[in-house]
Amino acid sequence: MLEIKNLHARIVEDGTEIIRGLNLTVKAGEVAAIMGPNGSGKSTLSYILAGREDYEVTEGDILYNGESILEMDPAERAAAGIFLAFQYPMEIPGVATMEFLKVAMNAQRKARDEEPLKIPELLKRVKEAAGSLNMDMAMLKRPLNVGFSGGEKKRAEILQMKLLEPKLCVLDETDSGLDIDALKIVADGVNALRSPDRAIVVITHYQRLLEYIVPDSVHVLYRGQVIKSGDKSLAVELEENGYAGIIEEAA
Amino acid sequence: MNLQITPQRTLAETAIIDAFGERLSALPGDGAVMVKRDNAIEAVKAGLPTKRVESWHYTDLRRLLTSVPPHDETANAKAVAPLIEGSTVLSVLNGVASEKPAAIDGVTVQPLAEKLADGSFAPALETYGSDDAIGALNIAFVGDGFFVDIAEGSELEAPLELQNVQAGGQTHVRLPVRVGNGAKATIVERQTGSGAALASSVSQLLLGDDAEILWIIVQDQPETATHFAQFKAELGKNSKLTLFIMNAGGKLVRQEVVVDAKGEGADFKLRGVNLLAGDSHTDVTMVLDHSVPHTTSTEVIRNVVTGRAKGVFQGRINVAQYAQKTDAKMACNTLLLSDDGEFSTKPELEIFADDVQCGHGATVTEIDHNHLFYLMARGIDEKTARGLLVKAFLAEVIEELEDEPTVEALEALLDGWFATHG
Ligand SMILES: Nc1ncnc2c1ncn2[C@@H]1O[C@H](COP(=O)(O)OP(=O)(O)OP(=O)(O)O)[C@@H](O)[C@H]1O
Ligand SMILES: [Mg+2]
Repeated sequence: MLEIKNLHARIVEDGTEIIRGLNLTVKAGEVAAIMGPNGSGKSTLSYILAGREDYEVTEGDILYNGESILEMDPAERAAAGIFLAFQYPMEIPGVATMEFLKVAMNAQRKARDEEPLKIPELLKRVKEAAGSLNMDMAMLKRPLNVGFSGGEKKRAEILQMKLLEPKLCVLDETDSGLDIDALKIVADGVNALRSPDRAIVVITHYQRLLEYIVPDSVHVLYRGQVIKSGDKSLAVELEENGYAGIIEEAA
Repeated sequence: MNLQITPQRTLAETAIIDAFGERLSALPGDGAVMVKRDNAIEAVKAGLPTKRVESWHYTDLRRLLTSVPPHDETANAKAVAPLIEGSTVLSVLNGVASEKPAAIDGVTVQPLAEKLADGSFAPALETYGSDDAIGALNIAFVGDGFFVDIAEGSELEAPLELQNVQAGGQTHVRLPVRVGNGAKATIVERQTGSGAALASSVSQLLLGDDAEILWIIVQDQPETATHFAQFKAELGKNSKLTLFIMNAGGKLVRQEVVVDAKGEGADFKLRGVNLLAGDSHTDVTMVLDHSVPHTTSTEVIRNVVTGRAKGVFQGRINVAQYAQKTDAKMACNTLLLSDDGEFSTKPELEIFADDVQCGHGATVTEIDHNHLFYLMARGIDEKTARGLLVKAFLAEVIEELEDEPTVEALEALLDGWFATHG
């Protein structure tokens, strides 16, 4: 479903290369975990997948269902089924959360030639999804993410993911900032989306999340490259020994 | 008038002076009104204001007013649907008051032409200073309008919409509204049309003690029209006036707001939304006098500028020496959507009292790229996402009106504007 081939990318503004020859393949139905020290390029990779313009791909390609997405803008990628749950969801004053959900859901439906959702149906879906995440509907009347606590923001990201039903979900440290109960709720939400036609990429620092969302593969990202891949036991090993051994091994 | 030698007249000045000669005999008015008209045209003869006149510094009228259309008898303006459903509509079509609607409880309406003809309106035909070019132009040519009197204590259920619709040529209209003590109403002033007109319109509001008025001006003239408007108000004791102005059209637009908070406890709020596109030039100039103690005012102006449009907001607040405890705050924020757009802000605080609170702030920003990315990452196409962010920028001022049909109507106008110009 996702094939990243020898990807090189740099920051447009100052030309710094962050992703330096990264290879990664994630199949439909697979849950892949990406781990790696701070600053190794995990969030950058997720932004590049989503199409953020601050980064420029200088070499290599990203194939989604066999086709390059490099020429697509973020909205086109999202409509094609790519979803990024942000590490730091942005606060957007003046845009009511509910209105935003409506516009986003219908924009994606429109891009797929589907009829827009009628308000009652939309409300029903939002209520259901919010309920399953233990979210208060009153929160959705507020401007998007404005004044939401760290945990509430993460939940709001998962809420959007549930409603938009993407095919490739990228979760950037969705577990950080969540208490244990919220972590379980969010993990249940993600697990409910597991399906043979959907791939999930989980970026995390903690083995704990991977006990709830059990990955099929684990990849270690370091200085813009995947330096080691393995199964879920790799995450356990990292938890015990840290990154030093693996980094040395790769060097 | 000044004694300096009159420079060579511009085409526009000549056209205005010639038009006066042609129109005079057709304009209503007794001797007193005619004297006012004669004096007013003298001011025009002295020359339209240039950027050397302080209050016209950003809008060099002499240079910007390049052509003046002749009066057009055949122009056929039609009333438009009211902004807010269920409103009582009084329309001035092509400068002429249309027939009165059925009686409204607590409201007396008279076509202004009658009050010009019998001279009873002559004392109200006053400019507010030597730089009052709009006032002078309007006094010289005003033909009609509505004189509205809202009786003491009456609360109007439906909004009253005063429409001024042009279809080309020249229209010069006045809309005086007297609001009795304790009365409450929402008044919509629609300035719209379909032609390349020169339109002048002066609204005069006299607000009684304890009266409360929400006055909404919506100007969406075509991009060929020249629109000169003035809103003058005097506020009685403990009265409240909220003036909401939306400019969303016109080629050359100047909207003046002249408010005198002359009753203790009076409160004035100005909320402005300027949507500026194309090659237009739009100037909102406010002069607010806090003449007595314990009056309050806040002004919040939000501008969205695209294309090569230019905008101006001048806000002058005068606090008289004995007007202690005045509380005045002014903010002007601009969202620039294009590299060639421009907005100039000039706050002026003239404070002669010592125990007052006055502040102002101005910002110019662009669309936040991080916000845009976030919205697009959810599948919202760029134009729609930008539209949401523009709306978000304006939401605060529009939603503050609280009344849902009003907010929705204004947002619909905004959506329409953004669909064509965003
Ligand atoms: N827009 C940017 N401007 C400047 N530096 C950037 C930018 N984006 C990323 N970087 C730098 O690139 C490196 C990788 O950042 P990135 O956020 O991808 O790391 P990460 O692996 O997600 O780290 P963490 O685990 O702390 O979230 C860092 O050194 C970061 O400072
Ligand atoms: Mg990160």
